[in-house]
Amino acid sequence: MDVAAPALILRRRPEAGRLARLFDNKTFLICACLTPAIGLLVVFLAYPLGLGVWLAFTDTQIGGGGEYVGIENFVSLAHDPVFLKTVFQTIFYTAVATAGKFALGLWLALLLNHALPFSSIIRAIILLPWIVPTVLSAIAFWWIYDPQFSIISYVLVDRLHLLAHNIDFLGTPWHARFSLIAANIWRGIPFVAISLLAGLQTISPSLYEAAMLDGASPWQRFRFVTAPMLMPILAVVLTFSVLFTFSDFQLVYAITRGGPFDTTQLMATLAFQRGIPGGQLGEGAAIAVAMIPFLVASTLFSYFALSRRKWQQGEANE
Amino acid sequence: MSEAVAASDGPTILSSESRIRRVVTIYVPLACFLLVLLFPFYWMTITAFKPNEELLDYHQSNPFWIAHPTLANIKKLLFETDYPRWLLTTMTVAICATIISIFASVLAAYAIQRLRFRGSNYVGLAIYLAYLVPPTILFLPLAELVFQFGLYDSPLALILTYPTFLIPFCTWLLIGYFKSIPYELEECALIDGASRLQILRRITLPLAVPGLISAGIFAFTLSWNEFIYALAFISSEEKKTVPVAILTELVQGDVYQWGSLMAGSLLGSLPVAIFYSFFVEYYVSSMTGAVKE
Repeated sequence: MDVAAPALILRRRPEAGRLARLFDNKTFLICACLTPAIGLLVVFLAYPLGLGVWLAFTDTQIGGGGEYVGIENFVSLAHDPVFLKTVFQTIFYTAVATAGKFALGLWLALLLNHALPFSSIIRAIILLPWIVPTVLSAIAFWWIYDPQFSIISYVLVDRLHLLAHNIDFLGTPWHARFSLIAANIWRGIPFVAISLLAGLQTISPSLYEAAMLDGASPWQRFRFVTAPMLMPILAVVLTFSVLFTFSDFQLVYAITRGGPFDTTQLMATLAFQRGIPGGQLGEGAAIAVAMIPFLVASTLFSYFALSRRKWQQGEANE
Repeated sequence: MSEAVAASDGPTILSSESRIRRVVTIYVPLACFLLVLLFPFYWMTITAFKPNEELLDYHQSNPFWIAHPTLANIKKLLFETDYPRWLLTTMTVAICATIISIFASVLAAYAIQRLRFRGSNYVGLAIYLAYLVPPTILFLPLAELVFQFGLYDSPLALILTYPTFLIPFCTWLLIGYFKSIPYELEECALIDGASRLQILRRITLPLAVPGLISAGIFAFTLSWNEFIYALAFISSEEKKTVPVAILTELVQGDVYQWGSLMAGSLLGSLPVAIFYSFFVEYYVSSMTGAVKE
């Protein structure tokens, strides 16, 4: 009996067939495993990226071919006041919204880092704005910013009597810009706060104890313990936040569609407007390509921030 | 309760003064944050159940509450528009894209983390970099590509393009999970004569279930929320996804039907919110985990 058992195992192996043995070949297995992911990414990401750069140098229109026109698209964009205004608006939007998100998100993370009752429920609630489809919450903001029936205006004018007239949130350029930035900050706070909270929780309490024994004030504890320990995560979250704020599309498209008079247009919405409804695929692609230098700059920043902490895959991790 | 909480905060002397300070510096700001973060949802819900005349008149009744709740907005949405069909399309697209992405990501993450070949680090890095390419610079060439493939105005265009932003994220998340599974388990199985595929199916995958769940939730919510591809690649009304359809089909003319708009937004947010509430622990832990690593 005890002789039969190993024999059984030995006999079962060839039964698994040639295919199974092929899958035991490591090289074949690696290729087979990587094919679906790499294939999809090459066809629908790398190739379109190259195609986009090519389109930017052509005068392609939707549904029709185009010809190579050199840097003509970029030259005409450089003389286009709407595009130049859009670049400024995009940088302004990204800078102010990111600063707001980080100031408020860090504050929220520090608040959550205290021992709180119901902390898991509070955390779940805080993530809600991040979970819900952006366009749908943007529509809610659109209604909150309604010129006539805005609830904010109602509270300020009719309840608190602080203002004489309703605020025209989306009617004037600066009001519209700041309304959009506020909505973007609202949506971005949860991600920043929860990520930074994760970073805060990795800081060892003994560091704070040591600082307290040395007589450090709360501000000094924050400045000399929390801030340096949080820097690596802060850099990563900051890069992601800048990247996705800079390429934001949904909020602006849903709330103002770039109006009034293109004063809230971002580069992404302008690329869409020129490219799809406008049909000028080449020009839209040129606007999208113009975003790449900014995105590369923040990606490099992310790479170096990450590599400083040793990249996730690295053998010498920890 | 508050004493116990304060005591755990450190060696502070418990006095009424420090308790007041704690309330002012922690609970009041926290309450303000929660209020601001939740208010748009509250306002969305309230508006969805308000009759039209109440919606446009703040002086007859308190606008923060509903005097005469009504289901008219929701009824109108469900029976007079294509809303159920939009929901169905969105659901189908999200589920298919999630399945494709998880399948591809599991294999890729397994190959990168467990099969360990020369250059696996660089493949991992390349996939990570793919995540940093925002859809807003891809949608124009993708529109051209979708057109060439004859997929324009077909849900298949969305099912095939969504994995471009789902795979990098899921692969990244799963690499982290696979790393936490002891390598010895696989070696034991190899010695026992299991094939690589058997190891993946019988040992690695069952142990990585929490990771698979988080990756699945992320993929589902991300594809449910996707907007720009669905806006650019789909043109006929009945094939639109919920976020796009609400914005392009329900907003017509100069008088906005705020009641049904809000009802549509509420119903469109509910599936992800419910889905999320079931798995919130996985979600939060994997989100923080992904950042930690």
